[in-house]
Amino acid sequence: MTSLTVFYIGLFYVATLILVAGLAYRIYEYSRTPAPLKIPTTPAPTTNAGVAYRMAREVVLFESLFKSNKWIWLFGWLFHVGLALVLFRHVRYFQEPLWFVVEFVQPFGKYASFAMVAGLAGLWARRFLVDRVRYISTPSDHLILALLIAIGLSGMMMSFVAHTDIVSLKAFMLGLMTFDFQPLPTDTVLLVHLTLVALLMIIFPISKLLHAPGIFFSPTRNQADNPREHRHIAPWAAALDRDNG
Amino acid sequence: MAAPEFEIPKFKEHLEVPKIQEGSMAHIKSFISPQPTQEFLGYPWELGEDWKERTLFKMGDLLGKYRSLRVFMDACVHCGACTDKCHYYLGSADPKNMPVARQELMRKVYRRYFTLPGKIAPWLVGAEDLTKETLADWYSYYHQCSECRRCSVYCPYGIDTAEVTMAGREILNYVGMGQKYSNEILGKVQKIGNNLGLPGPALEDTLAGLEEDIEADTGVPVKMPLDVKGAEILLVTPSADFFSEPHVESLIGYAKVFHAAGVSWTLSSHASEAGNFGLFNGNYETMRKVAMRIRDAALELGVKRIIVGECGHAWRVAYSFWNTLTGLGFDGKDPFSIELQQQLDHRYPQPMHICEYTWDLIQNNAIKLDPSANDDKVITYHDSCNVARGSRMGDEAGGQFTIPRNIIQAVANNFHDMAAETIGEGTFCCGGGGGLLTDDLIEVRVKGAYPRMNALNNVVQEEKVNFMATICAICKAQFTKVLPYYGFDRSMVGGVHQLVSAAIKLD
Repeated sequence: MTSLTVFYIGLFYVATLILVAGLAYRIYEYSRTPAPLKIPTTPAPTTNAGVAYRMAREVVLFESLFKSNKWIWLFGWLFHVGLALVLFRHVRYFQEPLWFVVEFVQPFGKYASFAMVAGLAGLWARRFLVDRVRYISTPSDHLILALLIAIGLSGMMMSFVAHTDIVSLKAFMLGLMTFDFQPLPTDTVLLVHLTLVALLMIIFPISKLLHAPGIFFSPTRNQADNPREHRHIAPWAAALDRDNG
Repeated sequence: MAAPEFEIPKFKEHLEVPKIQEGSMAHIKSFISPQPTQEFLGYPWELGEDWKERTLFKMGDLLGKYRSLRVFMDACVHCGACTDKCHYYLGSADPKNMPVARQELMRKVYRRYFTLPGKIAPWLVGAEDLTKETLADWYSYYHQCSECRRCSVYCPYGIDTAEVTMAGREILNYVGMGQKYSNEILGKVQKIGNNLGLPGPALEDTLAGLEEDIEADTGVPVKMPLDVKGAEILLVTPSADFFSEPHVESLIGYAKVFHAAGVSWTLSSHASEAGNFGLFNGNYETMRKVAMRIRDAALELGVKRIIVGECGHAWRVAYSFWNTLTGLGFDGKDPFSIELQQQLDHRYPQPMHICEYTWDLIQNNAIKLDPSANDDKVITYHDSCNVARGSRMGDEAGGQFTIPRNIIQAVANNFHDMAAETIGEGTFCCGGGGGLLTDDLIEVRVKGAYPRMNALNNVVQEEKVNFMATICAICKAQFTKVLPYYGFDRSMVGGVHQLVSAAIKLD
């Protein structure tokens, strides 16, 4: 086992731990923080089933963004759908034998990378071209886009230009999951790709990528509009009823 | 009207998004709340030596109490979807009036002191040290937000800048930088019973005078009862309805509707205010104390129903928060809310909006109307922001849009909506909501009214509209003041029940 392989084994365990534990902690934090008042942005669904449907439309279709700005919607949606397909395609490197859907999605996941990178490029272009967006962009906004594009391009290099030893890579990944460690191929593009992915996993719980769990906890989107019918009260607020009568 | 010392935006057929002009509104500073006002509310009146610790303490406190603030601080990706949605940005071009930038004023402090990347590498993630200049910026720009929630409609994560503004104002109060206008009103409502500081005897005189006026006008003895124990309905309405124009015309309308329906109703001198400025400051306990006056009056008078007059923020607090704050609603499981709820009539929504009440009567043919009485008017309807995006009417989502329009079309023959993207859930705030309805913020108010004025101008030109109906005391007062800046007559604005008042036939 080379020191390179050992390094990447360590990197992926650390990155996975930070991603999972970090996100779990954030979700715990969000769920523990009370929402003392009913503040759905109305018109809002009046039932919990309606809320689930609204949330699904937000998460799958980006409904509010569509209402807001067609360019951001187009680029943002292309990127996220592309990323989802690409990620799903990558399941093949973590299981043996493959599920049918994972096999089925392979060609789509491969070409979805173009949509993903095109969407990211569009979003990045807006940070330079639109004065309002330029004003609000921080260095980290640019770097996260650069990181995602670099991940996408390095992956596409391996899919379409210079193939890596994919059989060995899969053995390495399966080995990580079963603690039966295997050597990692050493071509540069792969190492760049893997390093950047690990970096993305590490920054996820401490960056704006928290919008992913955040939307599910957003009170303006996840509350039903039924305040007259149901008394909604947070524990710290209920204490006021008892203290002041 | 004195000549304004600032430029008024020009009308366009289609609203244009301006190029940013950094610092164009940085000079705005609402009057600071003085010592007695702050003391009454339990706040300091100037920055102490520990202002920094107090700021960060309060921020941490609110982050732990409000999931909205907690999630909204983390979730923004700076996508820019909200940047052209705020009426204050559209009217002033100051980039700090873009919702995301307004939030960012707080977020950069949040990042610096509450997040790991902001502690390690502030330059990378847009984190900044908290300084007195930060607080000055907060004070300026958190009083250039009317908490209208338009941005929250368009944010892919539903981030509501109103929640951030409220937190910002609460922190500012906590360190001794309160706003004079809102805080003086919060004193008046708690000491006297209404935002205008109108004492009980004066209220009684005003109502008696109005009764005389109505009888002289119609020949019918329409009453305006005050503090009547055992009445079926308690009407809680903004105190502006008692003697501001055009507000009072709607109060006359409510009285005529109750008279025509033949119900017993009353106003309360203890709860002679529907508006709740506690909402604007974002302090839960203040908002609760103000709302408790209505609960207390309802219990004292023994009423069965509570109806709320034309007032936007009041209706948001009443509809969305009263059940939470005071138990005024249904489904309470605790003795505190059961005490009130067992007294209320469960056949009706509690509280009920006056428009819901009137629309029910119209649907049941329980009142007689002559829409030709409003034939001198070509009417449009301004959706008030807090009604549109913070409440509902009727049983279905969106009733807050259809019910007032249905009433207008039942009491008048000429109605035209303004452009679709400027009404309904996308409605533009009047520019004076959320505690900005004060002369020291007139520049903000005039510029913030621009998107609404532009949409109004288009229907005035195309449809000959000459009257804009609305159901909010702040909208009415704000438009009365700013319409002339845009070349319109101030009497163009009025209430929905002002139209009902003209059309209703009394026996």
